[in-house]
Amino acid sequence: MGAVLSSQIVQTVLLGAALLGLISGALGAFALLRGQSLLGDTVSHAALPGIVLGFLIAGGRDLGAILTGAALSGGLAALAVIAITRQTRLKPDAALGVVLGVSFAIGIVLLSHAQGQSGAASAGLSAFLFGQAAATLRSDLWIMGGLALAALSILALVWKEAKLVSFDPDFAQAIGLPVGGVQALLTVMVALAIVAGLQMVGVILMVALLIAPAAAARQWARSLGAMVFLSMGFAVASGVIGALISAGARGLATGPVVVLVATGFVALSMLAAPGRGLVWQELARRRRARNLRSDQVLGTIHALARAHDDPDYPAEQGMLRLEHRAATDAALSDLTARGLLRETTHAPETTPHWQLTPKGRARAEALEKGAKDA
Amino acid sequence: MLEAFFTSIPAMILTTGLLVGLSGALLGCFLILRGAAMLTDAISHAIVLGIITVWMLTGHLHGPVQLAGAVVTGLITVALTQLVHRTRLVQMDAAIGLVFPAMFALGVLLINLNARNLHLDVDAVLLGEIAFVWIDTMPVLGQPVPVATLALAVVFAINLTFVSLFWKELKLASFDPALATALGFAPGLIFYALLALTSVTAVASFEAVGAILFIAFVITPPATAFLLTRRLAPMVLIAAALSALSCVTGYALAQHWDVNIGAMMAAMTGVFFTLALVLSPQDGLITRRLRAGQNQRRIDSLTLILHLAAHEGSAHAATENSRAALVSHLGWPEKRARAALRRALDDGLIRRSLDAGADQPSLHLTEAGRARAQSQMRFFSADAK
Repeated sequence: MGAVLSSQIVQTVLLGAALLGLISGALGAFALLRGQSLLGDTVSHAALPGIVLGFLIAGGRDLGAILTGAALSGGLAALAVIAITRQTRLKPDAALGVVLGVSFAIGIVLLSHAQGQSGAASAGLSAFLFGQAAATLRSDLWIMGGLALAALSILALVWKEAKLVSFDPDFAQAIGLPVGGVQALLTVMVALAIVAGLQMVGVILMVALLIAPAAAARQWARSLGAMVFLSMGFAVASGVIGALISAGARGLATGPVVVLVATGFVALSMLAAPGRGLVWQELARRRRARNLRSDQVLGTIHALARAHDDPDYPAEQGMLRLEHRAATDAALSDLTARGLLRETTHAPETTPHWQLTPKGRARAEALEKGAKDA
Repeated sequence: MLEAFFTSIPAMILTTGLLVGLSGALLGCFLILRGAAMLTDAISHAIVLGIITVWMLTGHLHGPVQLAGAVVTGLITVALTQLVHRTRLVQMDAAIGLVFPAMFALGVLLINLNARNLHLDVDAVLLGEIAFVWIDTMPVLGQPVPVATLALAVVFAINLTFVSLFWKELKLASFDPALATALGFAPGLIFYALLALTSVTAVASFEAVGAILFIAFVITPPATAFLLTRRLAPMVLIAAALSALSCVTGYALAQHWDVNIGAMMAAMTGVFFTLALVLSPQDGLITRRLRAGQNQRRIDSLTLILHLAAHEGSAHAATENSRAALVSHLGWPEKRARAALRRALDDGLIRRSLDAGADQPSLHLTEAGRARAQSQMRFFSADAK
């Protein structure tokens, strides 16, 4: 492990993965909140023709040219989707599908043309379908770092506007914000994030690196700022862990490993996130059910006490069981533990009896009052 | 004759492309009407996991086992997506975007891991190679038929039967699922059957055009047809015709430019979509532009006579009822004001007179113009009540 980490290639890959995580995590959060998850899928597939064109024009694998091409064709695809949705009766998903399928087809046409031109070129290109982190060069890091810096500073500059437009576009419109402009900016930046990730995870799976960290972060966070930072954290962790695994095992493409790690984070978050996760929901449901049963038992003892005009009336456990069945014992021990009941005996009977403590009486009366008010 | 057809490589490639296009278009029409186009995207990606899993379990890369596996994969994809969505922790589009990339990623890794034993590389699964379908043939009635083409022919027959048998149910389920349920049809069941057939078609097609190009064949011709007609039967026929046309022209261009045939066919569906988007007589961008211009001119004409009627006989009539006022008060560009005036003059709604001492002609309503203005104002006031 130490030997792997010290290799220069691995250091480059890890730095690249971390930079990519910063960009895609931050912008993915906005894409997810604005319901644009699948636009990310279309844009990333549509980056392919731009990549190949950049490759053809630069005459080789030049990251700057390739990324420029990808950003242009991806951005164009995003605009095409928006235009088709606005100008026709087609549903948004049909517009997404048309642009995705057709752009990818054009990309493959160009790719087969490029491969016909020079066989050697194809190896560098097909890496862009699935990503090949190991092919990352030192010089590529400067470009990715520049992209990250640009994306994050733009986001910081328009933070308030982006927040408002994402959560309440109508209000944003009403107070005079340029909603269309901010939306277009955020969409173009999603294209930028996708472009940054092409090297690492490839066009086909890039959507997952955009959506999964954001979806995971959404489960834990209560505010936009927290969500964006968490999302960046998940994305960086997915990228770094995925790159390490794929560097350790020969023949595994980086993209799929990164995506599976990110999916793992989502699954974990959806299960375990406090207050929202499925496990949490189940525990809360059980707690509510238990409290309800305890309150019902408490109410029964209180009613018996009143019927006998004796606030300390000892209710017999067997009688309570007749009323509350199997739930009785658990409820009794719960109430005792909370100091609302105490166990007592009622000579000459030998069976356990239960009477309200002052605290239990207060709680029972409060419940009764609450039920009446409701 | 028959033998010449089956031994001709171009004929086999074209037939295969046509079968992919027609099978996809038949299903695609209902998928886009239902708003489920992106589920095709999800299924066609996820199918990669199905193909490799079935191969690992049975050793078959083709044949009925794979088609059966496709049904299972497709339904699992959709069911998983709905499961994730139903937790209400993420939205539907995010659920799609989480499930299929994970399945696809797993599929690609399994292919990577089995690369040594498997005559299938990732590029082939994604892109297919329609140019080589003729290599792997089996005899049918004494003719060597490519295996992939045969599978597609069977799938096309199944799709055609399904669509013609359940035409009414599909139509109802696509346009009004609530009514379909009320009438006792099962729109959910029909929808799942449609998605299962989409998966089967995707698997049958992957060898020819690959998992992702398949999306273009399923969605684009129906979306194009949707722009050209508002009726279901013509939509299906137009979609099928466009698929066929894309295959033929795509094949010719691919030969000409020496590029990937399947991709060129898929790209041609995009060319026809763009043409329809611009030129469609109903919804095309040009028609829309013309219609918007017409509306604008009609409204300008009306605004003009209402403006004249409002100021007719008032103290400011001389300044208000002039071309300069249209420009300065209504904020119309000079050109727009002139066009509106010319139109109203031609329609006999206004007339011009040059009063003594005035530097520009003043505008007056004719009888016809006044009547039009009054009827319009009655219309507005009736509307206000």
